[in-house]
Amino acid sequence: MSNHLPDQLTIIQPRSGWHMLNFRELWAYRELLWVLTMRDIKVRYKQTVLGASWAIIRPVLTMVIFSVVFGQLAKLPSDGFPYPVFVYAGLLPWTFFSGAISTSGQSLVGSANLVSKVYFPRLIIPLSSVGAGLIDLMISTAVLLSLMIWFGVPLTLNLLAAPLLLIGVVFAALGVGTLLSALTVAYRDFTHLTPFMVQIWLYITPVIYPVSMVPKDWQWVMFLNPMTGLVEAFRAAFLGKAFDVGGIALSFAVAVTIFAIGVAYFERVERRFADII
Amino acid sequence: MLPAVKVENLWKEYVVGQSQDRHTTFYDTLASALKAPFRKRDETIADPTKFWALNDVGFEVQPGEVVGIIGRNGAGKSTLLKVLSRITAPTKGRVEVRGRLASLLEVGTGFHGELSGRENIFLNGAILGMSRKDIAKKFDEIVAFAEVEKFIDTPVKRYSSGMYVRLAFAVAAHLESDVLIVDEVLSVGDSAFQEKCMARMGDLSHGGRTVLFVSHNHAAMAKLCHRGIVLHGGRRVYDGKIAEALNEYSRSMRAADVGLTAALSGDLRHTVTFQRVTVNDEVMAPSSPISPLQPIVLTLRAATSSALEDFRVTFCITKHGDTVLGMHDALAPNTQPVGEFQSTVVIPSLTLAPGDYSLDLNAYSNRNGRWMFAKGIAEFTIALEWHEGYEPSHAMGVFNLSSPGSRIQLDARIG
Repeated sequence: MSNHLPDQLTIIQPRSGWHMLNFRELWAYRELLWVLTMRDIKVRYKQTVLGASWAIIRPVLTMVIFSVVFGQLAKLPSDGFPYPVFVYAGLLPWTFFSGAISTSGQSLVGSANLVSKVYFPRLIIPLSSVGAGLIDLMISTAVLLSLMIWFGVPLTLNLLAAPLLLIGVVFAALGVGTLLSALTVAYRDFTHLTPFMVQIWLYITPVIYPVSMVPKDWQWVMFLNPMTGLVEAFRAAFLGKAFDVGGIALSFAVAVTIFAIGVAYFERVERRFADII
Repeated sequence: MLPAVKVENLWKEYVVGQSQDRHTTFYDTLASALKAPFRKRDETIADPTKFWALNDVGFEVQPGEVVGIIGRNGAGKSTLLKVLSRITAPTKGRVEVRGRLASLLEVGTGFHGELSGRENIFLNGAILGMSRKDIAKKFDEIVAFAEVEKFIDTPVKRYSSGMYVRLAFAVAAHLESDVLIVDEVLSVGDSAFQEKCMARMGDLSHGGRTVLFVSHNHAAMAKLCHRGIVLHGGRRVYDGKIAEALNEYSRSMRAADVGLTAALSGDLRHTVTFQRVTVNDEVMAPSSPISPLQPIVLTLRAATSSALEDFRVTFCITKHGDTVLGMHDALAPNTQPVGEFQSTVVIPSLTLAPGDYSLDLNAYSNRNGRWMFAKGIAEFTIALEWHEGYEPSHAMGVFNLSSPGSRIQLDARIG
């Protein structure tokens, strides 16, 4: 059995207060993480006519609507790139992030039967819903590359930063997602609050407009939102514009902090889940 | 030899009823923090809404022992299993488990209707802690045990309920572990499959594995277990040979049964024994009138010595000798296997008008027209109170409708 060591001794006692995340245990349950992620992916487009093409249709449609409303009608600037490519490059990390925090926020409550009947590190549940979103991110990245070819935007070496940025956005999503999932178990208010929060968050993130629209002295405030740095960095990587290193670093630092807080809070309240869910 | 399971001074506290949801909205938490700013949250002294589901429980289980945990509903059996399975943390105390622990509190946990039988075997196996390799190795055996070969690639939502539970049990039955914790999972499927499950459980327990086992099926327990632990009110009240533990349990059950045989009629009473009737957890009759704000929970504990087909229990409420309300314990009559069972019906709060009520019980098996009837088996009184939306006309009538009638002015002139 991969999950357990021979002659293993399990000690069960009251747990309280803050404590470290048990990485070893989490690692031992990696197969479960994989299986649950695959379940979420398989189930996502079951009984839909268009199936997995939704992963392409959704971001493309959003891009078209945003291009018409914000690019054509509102004439928002786009740092000199064709607006569709500009907005799509921003939607790429944003759609992943917003989807991941919405689904992982609801994930624990949605898995109440698992939580009250079986033991495993509870963190697996929000982790797997974030993981399932990665597939859609991959698909929509392929769409972006085709868009860039269509609009004649050249690929640059900046693209090499993409894997690092991917890790960044996953961290941000995991942090917010675990925090929301744990809060939702205790306070169902978050079921109603989260969609609203996601909507507001879109407006404070430079997805439909560039950061350069904000006065220079105040741009750092924008970067306190981890998604600002990530969206800007995704654009820089794909569209080949210069990285705003300071801003991106600030956003990364905030993302890692949120991740640490999210996981720590989750671990703190985890022991009560089965009793209150 | 070191014990496989060592439980030391285990305590588990729960919050009862509504107050469990006390802090489910931000507003409530905020409000309670403002009302008592200097009291630490969750630290209420001698709160009557809290109770100890486990009260200083301790025991050791040697490797290879098969132990049955016996007790009434609410005695702490399930809580004990949940603590041992690490689903919920104890409030005080300590448990040591040596070896691989697997627990089976429900069959089919995590099954997803949209996925095929094959996919669900891997999913459920992983949830129960099996590795992909192990599942793959046992896959054919699991499918054969469940007898679903032909439908293995069909989504399980298209399965009959029988096929579904067979597959679910089959995965669980192939779980490998040193210590196995099992809660009431044998009563699935038809009787042939139940026999197969029993045989499988027997194989598991004779294979040198340590098993902790909860079931209402005492015949199965007597057959499978060596030792029995009786829990009562969260305490361990007996620990010894299984036969004696079961006797001890029956003795304690009988103590609460006095008078239950008085008003019985019908020939099903030779098969079914009514053991205990409660009104809001009090045997036979509550000691004080019930507030109309309180829902009324009526339960019947009973046992049947043979399986009953098309069986159902109806709770009839009478007032002044007239039946005013009948409630079934199941939407449609169904099969009641051998063993103990509990029927419950709930009358919502603010439904009945104040006054004295009495309970008749009617149990019947449609298949062969057998029935039994118990007249006036329990009694209760609804207190005379008025509340918002509850304006009973003293003790007149039976029901309360929340909306009053209306009166309109037709003509100001008289005559």
